[in-house]
Amino acid sequence: MKKQRLPRTVEEFMAFAYAMEVEASDRYAELAEQMSTHHNREVSELFAKLARIEGKHRDQIAAQMGWTRTPDVPVFRWESPEGPETTDYGELHYLMQPYHALKLAEHNEQRAVEFFERFAAARVPADVKAVALEMAGEEREHVRLIGEWLARVPPPEPGWDEDMDPPAVAD
Amino acid sequence: MNEVPCTAVPPASVMRGPNDYKSDVKPVWCPGCGDFGVVNALAKAMAKMALEPQDVAVVSGIGCSSRIPAYMASYGFHGVHGRALAAGTGLKIARPDLTVIVTGGDGDGYSIGGNHFLHACRRNVDMTYIVMDNRVYGMTKGQASPTTEPDWDSKLSPDGTGLREFQPLVIALTSGANFIARGFTGDPNGLADLIERAVRHPGFSFIEVLSPCVTFRPEQKEWKKLVKSDALRPTADLPRAARRLLRDTGFDLGVLYAGDRPPYAPRGPRAARAPSDLEARFAL
Repeated sequence: MKKQRLPRTVEEFMAFAYAMEVEASDRYAELAEQMSTHHNREVSELFAKLARIEGKHRDQIAAQMGWTRTPDVPVFRWESPEGPETTDYGELHYLMQPYHALKLAEHNEQRAVEFFERFAAARVPADVKAVALEMAGEEREHVRLIGEWLARVPPPEPGWDEDMDPPAVAD
Repeated sequence: MNEVPCTAVPPASVMRGPNDYKSDVKPVWCPGCGDFGVVNALAKAMAKMALEPQDVAVVSGIGCSSRIPAYMASYGFHGVHGRALAAGTGLKIARPDLTVIVTGGDGDGYSIGGNHFLHACRRNVDMTYIVMDNRVYGMTKGQASPTTEPDWDSKLSPDGTGLREFQPLVIALTSGANFIARGFTGDPNGLADLIERAVRHPGFSFIEVLSPCVTFRPEQKEWKKLVKSDALRPTADLPRAARRLLRDTGFDLGVLYAGDRPPYAPRGPRAARAPSDLEARFAL
């Protein structure tokens, strides 16, 4: 695969960070809708909350940069198929519980930490490196907060995904 | 047939984001279904091309994935089983100004609509066909489809069907499709790029999309570990594309073939009669 051109300015770097937050927020909102359609209200509300949190982070970046319109983000391939904070559609289950949703969120935040750390370690200008480390620190704080949240949520009982009225055809 | 009304037609020349191309109708697919990735990719591609929603028609047949027209804020037509390409072909011939995108699943497209698939490739009408292949009939509860592996053991086909799988890319190439690609729903950004290239390419463009069914084929969650991004590189050389297919793993993603055959253009004058004249003949 063709090698990516790394952002050379803080403006360019923040445009990528912004795109990452937009994608993560939109996906959580989408997952909230999916769960709502399947009457899993608790997890739906949790995903909606996560969407709002990521949305705040997105708006925070825009405010910090003084952007009044969405920045143009050049074509960029993340290291994974989607942004590091974006939940893979395939990770969902209609019977999932808040614990599972928070584990996904924790995993996403952890990937974001690693992404920004790798970025800071790459050959980028010093000011971009400093901002990347700052972003890594923010994401690390999110990992900690979700960890605290998880500690208050009971883990699922074995057999949580057993459906007494499964969609699969009977014998 | 049910015509899905255009749910949102904003004024022309408005800058739209991907979400503006999605309708207010919420998908009823199982959480985790790959088809969500196609809606996402299609909306991204439409936004990137800055298409006017009223200039796009999404046409489908029957099946889980064929619900897509209702979820897009463009014109849509949710037709009969296997006949999406026939409806799409007619629409494109009658309204060449529209961007016609035909969608469906492997059962709809390769079995019930298999004949239409062959001839759509051969005719080379300028439209895009997206097949969401999950190798199972999901809507009717998990029967083997044309692309199901011969040894897939299930309650409905114990020990597997023993039947050889349909080879969509081989069939498309030998039948004359002008653009052939394979995408994966776990990579909506890569898929959006493929859709954009397919729509922009003249003639009949075909994208086979690996779209896991998490309910009846949960093992397909592993596909994300098997796919190889950009493994297929476009060529306009037919024998070269054919040789590549001999080495294809079934999980190689990218553009296999981008030909230069001119799209079909109807000859002669357009019909002089207005659609209303025809409608009058069917009046009860």
